[in-house]
Amino acid sequence: MFGGRRSCAGDLLQIGGRIPPQVRLSPLPPCRSHTPPLSAPTMSVSTEQVRHIAKLARIAMSDEEIERLAPELNNILGWVEQLGEVNTDGVEPLTAVIDQKLRLRDDVVNDGDIRDKVLANAPDAQHGFFAVPKVIE
Amino acid sequence: MSELTAKTIAELRDGFRARDFSAREVAEAYNAAVAGAKALNAYAVETPDDALAAADAADKARGNGDLPPLAGIPLGIKDLFATRGVNTTAGSRILKDFKPPYESTVSANLRKAGAGMLGKLNMDEFAMGSSNETSAYGPVISPWRRKGSNVGLTPGGSSGGSAAAVAAGIAPGVTGTDTGGSIRQPAAFTGICGIKPTYGRCSRWGIVSFASSLDQAGPMARTVRDCAILLEAMAGFDPKDSTSLDLPVPRWEANLSSDLKGKCVGIPKEYRIDGVPAEINALWDQGIEWLKDAGATPVEISLPHTKYALPTYYIIAPAEASSNLARYDGVRYGLRVEGEGLNGMYSATRAEGFGAEVKRRIMIGTYVLSAGFYDAYFTKAQKVRALIKQDFRKAFEQCDVILTPTAPSAAFGIGETTDPLAMYLNDVFAVPASLAGVPAMSVPGGLDGQGLPLGLHLIGNELDEQTVLNAGLAIEERAGFTARPEKWW
Repeated sequence: MFGGRRSCAGDLLQIGGRIPPQVRLSPLPPCRSHTPPLSAPTMSVSTEQVRHIAKLARIAMSDEEIERLAPELNNILGWVEQLGEVNTDGVEPLTAVIDQKLRLRDDVVNDGDIRDKVLANAPDAQHGFFAVPKVIE
Repeated sequence: MSELTAKTIAELRDGFRARDFSAREVAEAYNAAVAGAKALNAYAVETPDDALAAADAADKARGNGDLPPLAGIPLGIKDLFATRGVNTTAGSRILKDFKPPYESTVSANLRKAGAGMLGKLNMDEFAMGSSNETSAYGPVISPWRRKGSNVGLTPGGSSGGSAAAVAAGIAPGVTGTDTGGSIRQPAAFTGICGIKPTYGRCSRWGIVSFASSLDQAGPMARTVRDCAILLEAMAGFDPKDSTSLDLPVPRWEANLSSDLKGKCVGIPKEYRIDGVPAEINALWDQGIEWLKDAGATPVEISLPHTKYALPTYYIIAPAEASSNLARYDGVRYGLRVEGEGLNGMYSATRAEGFGAEVKRRIMIGTYVLSAGFYDAYFTKAQKVRALIKQDFRKAFEQCDVILTPTAPSAAFGIGETTDPLAMYLNDVFAVPASLAGVPAMSVPGGLDGQGLPLGLHLIGNELDEQTVLNAGLAIEERAGFTARPEKWW
């Protein structure tokens, strides 16, 4: 369906009329349409997978929406796959962008007694609780 | 613009103190300007009474001499900030009519400093967008137009309402938030100033979360000085945000100086992108000359992982968003749409409540975090993010501040960019600083051939907002950017 050809930054910058067609980051290697990514496996998302992701994300989607979304997701995922070019051997994943220690606070109750405020915006609050559709038969 | 709405925040503050006018006169002038600018769709909610109440309090306090720093100043607040009792929807249908019973730390800080609120500013839904077209309130129309054209332009995004309000003179200053350029790109598109401080300077408490490791609040205003004034009031340690920096707030305004003697300005070679309009590169070169004129020495630097910043961002930000937005489940607040059982209710609510771009990002985020793909995408992106951070660490061993263009184009027309990826590329220059958590600012540099503003972008080392502001001031003084959009609304 997608012809196996993946986009690279150079291709994608050509999409849309506003950014001039020859825009690309410099220095940028040529399109890697024949070079598989170094570490990320080649992933093409099928409509079945899109349906599964929508289920995981708890978003109801029609068949038309799924058909429309699949190529969009493939386009975006194909583009991010260029990260496979980067050698990250021995690199620790970043966990905090600014070094800082997590603080501890005194283990005391410093909030609470605001039940009605907490429930004030609930679409369905009953007897001081959030109400949901019946879960247990 | 009336005489009062043409003034900067510094001028309003000083004039109010000198009894040239009352705070009520300022609030009334702005309330009238806001009411007369509905065609821009910049405000999602107008709160004229709030602005008047703060003004009256300021007028009353003026007698006793002990005025808070923003007494008499009315501001616009981006709709991402929770405001007690006032609709806070993040531009989404899923939060329609949500009235927080609490106030965000940043807006509370501004209130404590004496500011009033003119209203809540329109924005891209959940701050996901670069054109303000994804808002459930409809797009914001920029007050700027191309020469001889009446085509509606975007003010940029996601802080599009914020940017349009300042540019149109319907707020002297506003709050914005920046996850991957959402303060800086709209500031550039509308000819105003905007700064994203170091990650952790402004508390995220009470700001509707998008991507928590990137989200940062900051001010947008007409001048560099006004940004410094507002940022001082917004920033500060907050125990309610676990990533808030426990550091004193510097006196950025008092220490403003456009003398850059002894400072080195880094010019990253990787930001030279083929095909960017020549006017943008010419403005960049002009910016280098301006900073040299201010006493700085330019030095070529390398940020080797620049080209990987956008793809890294488009893994990390959607991943965090998919997790953060899981809270919109139709149970505790916001929209509920009934469906088959509990899962059916969740899915129906989220299908109807979220717009197309938000769904797209939740889907990408869910995919890259799902079993079997997590390491290949998310862990990989966090490793590349570490390398990008390292790039900036090394660069700041060589220079004090980095100068680049803010965006690869001037403002574009509403509906002109329909491809999601082409839209993402707007933030190509802005995203690396977001991933590195360092402060960055856009200041207007000039107009392009079509009469539209272009911005220059200054990136500083972590915690060094002062050098960013000072270099911004040096550019502002030399650019002499006084252009204002011609009133058509």
